[in-house]
Amino acid sequence: MFLGTIVYGFINSAILALLSMGFNLTFGISGVANFAYGAVYIFSGFLAWILMHSWGVPYFISVLAAIFCSGCVGILMYYVVIIRVKGLSLSEVMATFGIGMAVMELFRYFDFVGFRYTLPVFVDGSLSFGEVYIDYQRVLIALIAVCLTGFIYVFTHHTRVGLAFRAIAQDERTALTFGIDSDRIGAFSMAFGSALAAVAAIVILPLGTIAVEGGYEVLINALAVCIVGGLGSTVGILVASVLIGYAQTFTANYLEPHWMILVSLIAIAVVLTVKPSGLFGRQKELEERI
Amino acid sequence: MSSETPLLQVKDLSKSFGGVMAVASVSFDLKRGELLGIIGPNGSGKTTLVNLITGFVKSDTGRILYEGRDITGWPPYKVVDLGIARTFQMVRPFYQLPAFKNLIVPLCSPRVKKLAGGRYGDRDAVALDLLEEVGFERDAFVSYKLAGALPQGYLKRLELAKSMALRPDLFILDELFSGLSLAEVAGIVPIIEKMRIQGKTIIMIEHRLKELFRIADRVMVLNYGVKIAEGQAQEVMEDEAVKKAYLGSEG
Amino acid sequence: MKKRKERIDRGIKARSEDVFALSSFREMLYLLAPRALPVLGLLVFAPLLGAYWREILMSTAIYALLAMSWDMLVSVGLISLGQSLFYGIGSYVAGSLNHYLSWPPILTIPAATVLGGLICTLFLLPVVRLRGIYFAMVTLVLPLMLLRLVEATRILGGTEGLTGLDPFPGQLTAWYVLQAAVLVTLFGFRRLMGSDYGLIIKGIDDSDRSVMSAGINIHWYKAQVLFLGASVGSFAGACGTHLDMFAGMPGFALDYSIMPIAAAVVGGAGTFAGPLLGAFILVPLSEILRALGALRIVFYGVFLVIFVVVLPEGIFHYCRRKYHQIERWVEVE
Ligand SMILES: Nc1ncnc2c1ncn2[C@@H]1O[C@H](COP(=O)(O)OP(=O)(O)O)[C@@H](O)[C@H]1O
Ligand SMILES: [Mg+2]
Repeated sequence: MFLGTIVYGFINSAILALLSMGFNLTFGISGVANFAYGAVYIFSGFLAWILMHSWGVPYFISVLAAIFCSGCVGILMYYVVIIRVKGLSLSEVMATFGIGMAVMELFRYFDFVGFRYTLPVFVDGSLSFGEVYIDYQRVLIALIAVCLTGFIYVFTHHTRVGLAFRAIAQDERTALTFGIDSDRIGAFSMAFGSALAAVAAIVILPLGTIAVEGGYEVLINALAVCIVGGLGSTVGILVASVLIGYAQTFTANYLEPHWMILVSLIAIAVVLTVKPSGLFGRQKELEERI
Repeated sequence: MSSETPLLQVKDLSKSFGGVMAVASVSFDLKRGELLGIIGPNGSGKTTLVNLITGFVKSDTGRILYEGRDITGWPPYKVVDLGIARTFQMVRPFYQLPAFKNLIVPLCSPRVKKLAGGRYGDRDAVALDLLEEVGFERDAFVSYKLAGALPQGYLKRLELAKSMALRPDLFILDELFSGLSLAEVAGIVPIIEKMRIQGKTIIMIEHRLKELFRIADRVMVLNYGVKIAEGQAQEVMEDEAVKKAYLGSEG
Repeated sequence: MKKRKERIDRGIKARSEDVFALSSFREMLYLLAPRALPVLGLLVFAPLLGAYWREILMSTAIYALLAMSWDMLVSVGLISLGQSLFYGIGSYVAGSLNHYLSWPPILTIPAATVLGGLICTLFLLPVVRLRGIYFAMVTLVLPLMLLRLVEATRILGGTEGLTGLDPFPGQLTAWYVLQAAVLVTLFGFRRLMGSDYGLIIKGIDDSDRSVMSAGINIHWYKAQVLFLGASVGSFAGACGTHLDMFAGMPGFALDYSIMPIAAAVVGGAGTFAGPLLGAFILVPLSEILRALGALRIVFYGVFLVIFVVVLPEGIFHYCRRKYHQIERWVEVE
């Protein structure tokens, strides 16, 4: 029981980290908060499903296509909508929120509801770990989460493009004078974040069904992790995912599953009162440097 | 309170921003009625010092005493309530409002209410009077123009009027003269001299040394956050370290 | 023969609010008409409508209240994506007081207004210190989490909610209470924002450091605005509860968030009249489009995006400009 809790807690944390990574990355790179994130998540799930079931495209190609298309959707959103309200963060929030809402409810309207909407697992079977059984899909989730985190960390801290991103995020005007094109980077950040949402969807959705509510759920979870960890901080996301992930698993196993939601709420409440900008957040209280 | 207690005492104040020591162990005293000039090259921590004293930035170490009372870490609104008002180096008025409406906000502050004995009176009239005092010509109706339409010289005066509206005992003026023409500076100097006659204490941060030295009692020099000299204008400019700091920054 | 468009600004004299040099009946009418229109419309003519439309206009009023509450928060720079938090809290407070303590609506509604406002303010107070999108994030997350909390822990009636609550004493009473609340909120908020207090609020949004350096505690003012907005939202929730005779999870659902925002943005934020107008356009429209089901929310989303991106000014500003200007084609030789 205890070992199982540890293992499943880790997987739960990995899922949370995967879900919030894309949202956080987009914000960290270009300061755009993509509230259509949940919509992109289920969009890629449904797209992969349609490709596989309606058109008979093989699994691998459908998955890659879904990830690629989600990235393109991110770019499209940037160039069609966000670029026009760039810098007005409140308008960005409302515009992306509206897009997300419209996309998700459109799926509901076209009746994408039901148990048949599931994605296949990557490989079948399970692994025993002492007396704990875990299926390969969950192992895969954990692996991908770890790899992606490592990749993102190296990318943002040790490559030239990544460093340029961070420069932009910190001081757009100065970065511009060094010839960094902030629009290209903004579009890229949206593409990157959306593609990450798609990756998360492809590996996590096989555990359940693809549902419109899932989109909202993902957005809530991503936001909760970002609020607790601190927006824009990769380390913060990891710590928050592990904290919330383990707390949820322990509550589910030792108390009652329906108290799980209380964990996130309490985590948010505590963090907000103790350190409103999140554990690792650097959100400024003042409007500008004076 | 004995008359010997300085109005403001700053002791060992330090602040670093991610490794950059913006202010390093700065101490100084300020007597009531004095005009202290603070000079130093760009980025030497002058604005940060102001932010620390007025509570906009929290200090890492050190203490700030006002009239003998420890005000370290107090939020800006409480600091203002005690009677310390500041101006900003980069002016940022409410551009869509007429100039005189910009003064309504400070005139609504608890301090003004307290000084007025709970009665505000006609704020618009007070605002217009204040603006006239800082040189907004009443006949030309400059006070009614949108702040966004005013030239820099007027905006700086507006900034000064905003701090005067609070009727403080200590003014901290952050580079009030920068970006102004000689004529514009000459228009503001009498206002400051008048404030001195009224017994106000003033800290002036300035790059315009000539204008500053004419009115300052004492000058303090910062370089890389460190106080490198303090004293009469003449002595300070003779100081080797100061010469080096200024030549170094220019050369 | 060439023509050119001429634009005349009507009644600058009448419009500049400080100078009351009204010289003619026409000028007075010109000033009063836009203000009298909503009053007459809501209080006099609308009761003549049939029961079906009256019902719709009541839910319109509820959305209008939520939209104006949203606008109040925006005026101090706080973007709420969770008006349903206010609605849901108000609804549950009123519902619980009625269900468990058997208080009549005449007591539960004021109590829910104040208590609900306080609870929401306490919830959100820590976030008010932060700039940017944190407030949006937290307001979006909180109601959805509370919804699932109710579902999971089965408190307050769980998924069934609190049913069989007392209705309003009569439909006409409900009608007048709601419309009066809408008008009081509209003119009250407009008045408030036109006063020196409003100047401080807008100042905080515009440049918080200027207001701080003026010796004003901006967090205290933000908390006050938050309380005002949250109370109006809670009032809407309490009224909605007694209208439906039901308090439950739908109160926290996204409908009560997206609709007011869409209404406010379509109508034109920052005026209170704009959100009201927006609600009176969107809610009846969505009633007409009822057959479309989920597609309605798609429309709100699309409306929201279009207006935010293309017409950020909103309908109300546009109408106001047109009202004050006369455009006509004149011949030029
Ligand atoms: N909010 C801040 N964040 C990071 N660094 C800052 C901040 N404010 C000031 N600094 C740094 O502190 C140093 C001192 O700045 P400042 O006090 O503005 O100098 P001055 O006013 O003398 O020109 C500079 O190196 C500046 O980059
Ligand atoms: Mg400076």
